[in-house]
Amino acid sequence: MAQGIDLILVLAMLLNFLVLGSSRLRACIRAVAFQGVLLSILPLLLHQGDLAVHMVALSAGMLALKGVLFPWLLLRTLRDGSMRAEIEPLIGFTASLLVGAVATVVAFVLSSRLPSLPSMTSSLLVPAAMTTLLISLVVLVSRTKALTQVLGYLMLENGIFLFGLTLVQSMPLLVELGVLLDLFAGVFIMGIVIYHISREFDHIDTYHLTTLKG
Amino acid sequence: MIAFFLALGVLTVSGGMAVLAGRNSRLATCWGVSGALVGCLAGLAPAIQVLMGSAGFSFRSAWDVPYGEFYLAIDPLTAWFLLPVFGVSALAAVYSSEYLRPFGERQSLGPIFGWFNILIASMALVVAARNAVLFLVAWEVMSLASFFLVTFEDEREEVREAGWTYLVATHLGTAFLFVLFTLLGRQAGSMNFDQFSAISSMPSVLTAVLFLLALVGFGTKAGFMPLHVWLPEAHPAAPSHVSAVMSGVMIKLGIYGILRTLTFLGPPPAWWGQTFLMIGMTSGVLGVVFALSQHDLKRLLAYHSVENIGIIALGLGIGLLGHSKGQPVMSWLGFGGALLHVLNHSLFKALLFLGAGSVLHATGTRELDRLGGLLKTMPWTAFTFLVGAMAICGLPPFNGFVSEWLIYVGGFRGFLEFTTRSGMWLGLGIAALALIGGLAAACFAKAFGTVFLGSPRESRAHPLHEAGPAMLIPMMVLVGSCLAIGLWPHRVVQFMMPAISGIYNETPSLNIEGMASALAGLMMVSATAALFLCITLALVVLRRLSLSNRPISQTVTWDCGYTAPAASMQYTAASFAQPLVRLFQSVLRTQSHEQAPAGYFPASARLTSHTPDVATAYLFLPLFAKVRRGLEGLRWLQQGRVQLYLLYIFITLVVLLVWKLGV
Repeated sequence: MAQGIDLILVLAMLLNFLVLGSSRLRACIRAVAFQGVLLSILPLLLHQGDLAVHMVALSAGMLALKGVLFPWLLLRTLRDGSMRAEIEPLIGFTASLLVGAVATVVAFVLSSRLPSLPSMTSSLLVPAAMTTLLISLVVLVSRTKALTQVLGYLMLENGIFLFGLTLVQSMPLLVELGVLLDLFAGVFIMGIVIYHISREFDHIDTYHLTTLKG
Repeated sequence: MIAFFLALGVLTVSGGMAVLAGRNSRLATCWGVSGALVGCLAGLAPAIQVLMGSAGFSFRSAWDVPYGEFYLAIDPLTAWFLLPVFGVSALAAVYSSEYLRPFGERQSLGPIFGWFNILIASMALVVAARNAVLFLVAWEVMSLASFFLVTFEDEREEVREAGWTYLVATHLGTAFLFVLFTLLGRQAGSMNFDQFSAISSMPSVLTAVLFLLALVGFGTKAGFMPLHVWLPEAHPAAPSHVSAVMSGVMIKLGIYGILRTLTFLGPPPAWWGQTFLMIGMTSGVLGVVFALSQHDLKRLLAYHSVENIGIIALGLGIGLLGHSKGQPVMSWLGFGGALLHVLNHSLFKALLFLGAGSVLHATGTRELDRLGGLLKTMPWTAFTFLVGAMAICGLPPFNGFVSEWLIYVGGFRGFLEFTTRSGMWLGLGIAALALIGGLAAACFAKAFGTVFLGSPRESRAHPLHEAGPAMLIPMMVLVGSCLAIGLWPHRVVQFMMPAISGIYNETPSLNIEGMASALAGLMMVSATAALFLCITLALVVLRRLSLSNRPISQTVTWDCGYTAPAASMQYTAASFAQPLVRLFQSVLRTQSHEQAPAGYFPASARLTSHTPDVATAYLFLPLFAKVRRGLEGLRWLQQGRVQLYLLYIFITLVVLLVWKLGV
């Protein structure tokens, strides 16, 4: 069991690097979707004692939203927006990977300083959460397309979800549902924004939003 | 307490239903007005019960918010403020059912009725809250509800401007309250008001700071000079029944806040009283002087609110000074005058704003110099406005006289007692009060004379109509209340007794030495008022009788020996007030633009004058401009790029983590 958990966490962390290093939008979307699917298994493995109904619901909801619905929406936007499926980052792919590596090291060092909770089943859980958080922020900062921003937010939520799992026994279902709902609304709004940006400006580069500045 | 919760519940639910009714303005009106009426009547019951002498109510229940507790109580002080909150609001709601009808054809009335009922509920919650967090939440809901009411006609530019001014002012004020309650909470170890009053001792520097914080924070809402800047903007912009509630009731909650804070801060030093006297003098005199120079009826009334808040502050100052110098009778008279003036002002100012609303409703303008001669077409509105004007000027037999009389008596008591600096302050306060009374009379002679007397200054396409019963009945009720307090002040003062003693936890008693003689005067007031009323009635009857069998001919009001008198030959509002305005030119800084007549047969000439608010023009605008210039230096942070903002967050997060975890 513990090995399974660790395997999932390591895979999730590696997927972060895939997003950082890939130049293909489609691949990035798939990577984030896969990360979501992996994370949706975790609540089932991490539970202590009986499997509570709300954990199953959480897992199913996570799978449906992050594994199916969001990737489908994003892939559809990619197709309909008739945008170029390549990423043009502000900092190069190699540099991004290096920054990602530094972020991982920082995450591991920081999480070793955090007080550990008795309910924590895997020592990798907090580092994985922190890594995902930091790398998602790197993605948010260094990518300019609106679509990659959405991907960044999805990864950020994955990180938050991982953190939440450390408190899985006591975490109120409502909080997690709230976060999922936020994200759901967020992705929808972003979808609309992307649609309008591409219609108005013939591109979906948030870099050009600076022209709106007063 | 159940009745109080019923009131809150009915108000919120009916407000929500009014919003849901939306475009169907008849249904929205029905929900809003009936909900407000039922809610207010239910809410008045416990307030009256407490003032009649029954024990106070309280209710507490746990609340999830940090440091919050759902802790409500009705003590006499709360009950006293609940009277205007529920009473005046209910009347204003009835008035609005007819006043808002023309608006209903153009826009949805759901939101305004909804926000109005929420405003009433939040005001009730503000005075009943006994937990600082709950208080601030209610306070903020009240501010936001009134903001949405002010911006009801948001298609007009000046209304949006007024809304922003109000929103900024009220939030700056609330910021001070946050600091105030946080400091108090730290001292008391709890955010409950009963713990605040139980604080045994505080360093005097801290009490001074807390006092000043309360003064600024609550003073912004109350409208002390120079924090009053939002009043003359927001009141004219709001629909008239909203102005009536905001000016009559809401700004008094600032006074309530100050009184409530005084109960936490222990025995007052003498300088608090002197500060209030100073505030009272400046707000009172400047308020009425600025009112004199206005050309807009509702703006004029708004400045009169500043003036009346000044009178209330004078009363508080006398009360505090009396308390700190160990003069219970003087303290009692000062606080009593202030509290009674709170109620009185809510009655006559609501009456005046509703009257101004009726004028606006009929003529479509608030400009004094476009009105005139309305006495003939709107006799009932004119009558109620006249009563309101007499009451606000402090003339017997109406209620304004009683409260100002209490303040005068308290002031003179102290003035004769103290020989030091406090005595001088009191002397100045009395002189200021007299000056305020005189100027207010001049101002309302101008307002009433221009609007209702003379002949119409503009010809109108439609004949004017008197306001309908739904608008007149609330105004008549207010007239009745003004007269009742003027005729039976003794009863009202007895009613008020527990509220006054609630401020400094003194036992309510008429047995203090000197109190009986002070109150004996009230009987004289009552008798004089009754006599005055009888004489007036007798004169009216006499006039009727003597004219009954004679032919009566009618002619124009201003003839003045002209062959062909025109309406434009009448005195205008500006020309009536001109001597006094010139007298105060140094503070008013009225700007006139004139185009003098030229040549032997001048074709045209113009004179326009405009009085900007001195605090806005010379204090806040320069101050805000300075702040703006100071912050210019930070503009480089704003590049308008999403990624950069995210980078700021990222850097902050990492720095905080590294710093906190001590890597």
